Amino acid sequence: MSLTIHQSPRDKNKFVSSALPAQRFFLASAYICLLLLAAIPAAADDRNPLAGDAKAAKAGEYEFRINCALCHGLGARGGGRGPDLTRVQKKHAHSDAEMFQVISSGIPGTAMPSNGTNGQGVGMTDEEIWQIIAYIRSVEVKAPAKTIGNVAHGKELFYGDANCSLCHMVEGKGGRLGPELTSVGGSRTREAMIDSVRNPSRHLAWGLTESTKEFPQEYETITVVTANGKKIKGVALNEDSFSVQMMDSSEQIYLLEKDKLRSFSKSRESIMPTYTLDALSNKDLDDIIAFLTSVGAK
Amino acid sequence: MRGRNALIVVLAFSFAATIAHAQVTFERIVNSGKEPQNWLTYSGDYSGRRFSPLDQINPTNARSMVAKWVYQTGATGKLETTPLVVDGILYATAQDDRAFALDARTGRPIWMYQRQLPGDIRPCCGRVNRGLAILGDKVFLGTLDAHVIALDAKTGNVAWDAVAADYQKGYSFTVAPLAVKNLVVIGVSGGEYGVRGFIDAYDATTGARKWRFYTVPGPDEPGHETWEGDSWKVGGAPAWNTGTYDPATNQIFWPTGNPAPSNRGEGRAGDNLYSNSLLALNVDTGQMNWSFQFTKHDEHDWDATQVPIMINSDSKHMIAQANRNGFFYVLDRSTGKLISATAYGKITWSDHKDAEGRPVANKEASPTLAGHTVCPGALGTTNFMAPAYDPQTSLFYVTARDQCDIFSTAPQPYEAGHAYYGSAYFPSDEAEPYRGFLKAIDPATGEIKWKFEHTSPTWSGVLSTAGGLVFTGDAEGNFIALDAATGKVLWHFQMGGAVYAAPIAFAVDGKEYVAIAAGSAVYAFGLP
Repeated sequence: MSLTIHQSPRDKNKFVSSALPAQRFFLASAYICLLLLAAIPAAADDRNPLAGDAKAAKAGEYEFRINCALCHGLGARGGGRGPDLTRVQKKHAHSDAEMFQVISSGIPGTAMPSNGTNGQGVGMTDEEIWQIIAYIRSVEVKAPAKTIGNVAHGKELFYGDANCSLCHMVEGKGGRLGPELTSVGGSRTREAMIDSVRNPSRHLAWGLTESTKEFPQEYETITVVTANGKKIKGVALNEDSFSVQMMDSSEQIYLLEKDKLRSFSKSRESIMPTYTLDALSNKDLDDIIAFLTSVGAK
Repeated sequence: MRGRNALIVVLAFSFAATIAHAQVTFERIVNSGKEPQNWLTYSGDYSGRRFSPLDQINPTNARSMVAKWVYQTGATGKLETTPLVVDGILYATAQDDRAFALDARTGRPIWMYQRQLPGDIRPCCGRVNRGLAILGDKVFLGTLDAHVIALDAKTGNVAWDAVAADYQKGYSFTVAPLAVKNLVVIGVSGGEYGVRGFIDAYDATTGARKWRFYTVPGPDEPGHETWEGDSWKVGGAPAWNTGTYDPATNQIFWPTGNPAPSNRGEGRAGDNLYSNSLLALNVDTGQMNWSFQFTKHDEHDWDATQVPIMINSDSKHMIAQANRNGFFYVLDRSTGKLISATAYGKITWSDHKDAEGRPVANKEASPTLAGHTVCPGALGTTNFMAPAYDPQTSLFYVTARDQCDIFSTAPQPYEAGHAYYGSAYFPSDEAEPYRGFLKAIDPATGEIKWKFEHTSPTWSGVLSTAGGLVFTGDAEGNFIALDAATGKVLWHFQMGGAVYAAPIAFAVDGKEYVAIAAGSAVYAFGLP
C-alpha cells in the first residue's frame, strides 16, 4: 500500500462533497446550468437561502474582509487585482447560484482561486459563502439611469486623437505595450479608470501572472543601455535577479542579461503619459470611459 | 543485454548493503559533524545551524556548478521539504504527505509513499510538509490529518501510526519532526483554527506517546492567568517549525506560534503565554525549564516559529532567532534571559523596549475596524524559511522581507474546525512594493554585515557551507550561490519554479552535492 501513489482529493471538491445530498444535487444542477444554459436567467431556486438577511450580510462582510478583500478591496469596490463587485453587472456570475459556483471553484485562467486555496484563507463553509453573497448583494450599486458620455465619440477618441490604441488593445484592435482593455469597463469602477488616466503611475497595472509566482509582474518602466551603447526604454514583461524580458514602444521584445548591460534602471513612473485636463478634457474622458464600459458590458 | 542486467543486479545489491548499514543512531546525529557527507536532521545538526562542513565547492569553483539530476514529485503547490541524506540515500517529502527515497547520486526513486488523506483536512496555508526525521531504521512523518507515522527506511512501509489529535478541529502537522534519543519530537499546526497547541514526543520504536507539553497552560498551571476567561481553550500557540536540541543540557528549544484568534486581541486579554515564545524543555519529560515570549498578546499573526540557532562564543552559550516580528533576538540559553534584540527589517510596531530590553508594541499598532498600516505585515520580516549560521564567518544568514499590511478587525465566533482569525490583512493601497533580501547578521552586534536584494521577496531558506558559500533560492526560480563573507553572487541556475524550501549539502562517492526543492521537483547540483 505504501507504494501506491493515488490522486488526492482536490480542495475544491471539499465543500461539494461535504454538502447535504440535496445541496449536492443543487450544486450539480447549478453547474450544468452554467455549462449549457449560461444565458438563461436564474431560476427561483437558485436564490441565496440567506438573501435579504441583514445579519447574514453583516457576517458576510467580515468573511469578505478575511477571504476576499485582499484582491477585491475593503467594501468590495475593487483593489489592484480584483474587479469591483458593487456593480450589478458582473462578468462571470449573475445569479446567486453562479456567484456560489465562482466562489467555490474559482475562475480558471484568472487570479480568482477556488475556495480555500488563496493561501490566506482556510476555506469557507457553504453558509459562509452564502453570507458573503448576501453581503455583496447588500453593497451593489444600481447603475445610474442615464449613461454618462458618448460611446461613439469615445470610440473615435480611443482609436484616434487620444492615442489610447497606440498602446492598448480593445476587441483585437490596438497596441500591446500596455494592458489589454476589452474587459476593463466591466470590472473596474469609473473612478479607478479615471485615476488610471489622470495618474497612471499611482497604481501600476498587473501584468504577466505566472502560476509559480506569488506576485504577478507589474507594468514597470525599464530603461537599459546595452553593451554597444543602445538605449532601450519599455515595460517589463518578466524579470528575475539576473535577466529581464521587456517590450519597447515599437513592441520589440528583448531578453537581456543584466550583467552584460552598461546600465539598467527600473522605475514605477509609468511609461503611459499623464493625461492632464489640457491633454484630455473631462468630457472627452467621460466619452472614452463610456466606450470602454459599453465594450466591457458585452 | 545480459551484461547490463547483471550490472543492475550488482547495483541493487550494493544499495541493499548500503541501506542495511543505514542505522541512524542518536549518537550519529549528536556527532553529525563527523559525517559531513550526510544530512541527518532537518537543520543539518542539532544546533540548528544548517551549516555543512563540506568545502569541495567553494568561491573559486562555484561558477562551474551544473545540475546533476532533477526528481519530479508530481505534487502541486508549495514544495517546502528539506531532504535528509544517509549514506547515499536521499529521503524527502512533498505535498499531500508524500514521502520518497532516492539514490542521492542520480535522483532515481527507491520507494514512494503517499498517505490516503481524508477529504476534509484543514491545512491553513497549503497542503505542505517540511520534511522527515530519521532514527534507527525508520523515517518519521507528521501528517496533515494530525497523525505521526513511522515508515521503514528501506521500503516506505508504515511501521506505526499514532493519532495525535482530531484533524476535524483544525489540528495538522506540517513540520519536520526532531529525533532525539529514542524519541520523535513534533509540534502541531492549526493556529488559524483555535486549536490548543502542543509539542509531543513519541517512542521511536513503538509510536507510544511519551509526553505532551501544552503550549497553552490549563487551569492551575503557571501562565494560565495570562488568558482571559475560557480563551485558553482555543488559544492557538501551535508549534509548527522544528526546534533544536542541546545534548549538554538535554534540552530542546522549541518555538511557538500565534495566539488565536490570530489578529484579534479582544476576548483574550493578557500576555497569552506561551504563544510566540521559545520554550526550553527537558527532552525526557517535556518539563519546561524556561520560556521567553517574543511578542506578547500578539495581534498581527507574528508566529515565533523560526528555527532558533545555538551559538557558542567564548564561554557564552546563546540561542539566536530572527523573529517574524522584525527583531533579531539573542538569548542566554542556560537561563532564557534576553541578551539583545535588534531590528533587522522595516518595523513600525514598536518604538521602545521594556526593562529587560524586549521590544514593546505601540498602542496604536493594534488592528482597527477601519484598518491601518503596520510593518512588518502579517507574513512577517521572515517566516518559516530556515536560516543558517556559519561558524567560520560568525554570521547569521536569514531571508527577510520588507512589507507592510493594513490590519483590520473582522470578528468571528469560534466554531470547531473553522477559520478563526478575527481580522483581515491586506497590502496597503499606498504601500511601497514589497522587497526581499538575504541578510547576513552579526549576532554579536545585530549589525547587518551585507545584504543581497532579490527581485521580489522569497520563501527560500538558506544553507551555509565550509567552502565559504551561502546558497538560497528565489521566487523567480533561481538557485543562487553567494560568497559567505561578502554576499557577492557567484553562480545561479534558473529552475523554472518558485522556491519555498531550504537547501542542504551532502556527498556521495567523495563528490559534494547541493540540493533544493523548487516548483514540483527536487534538484541536485555539483561540480562537472
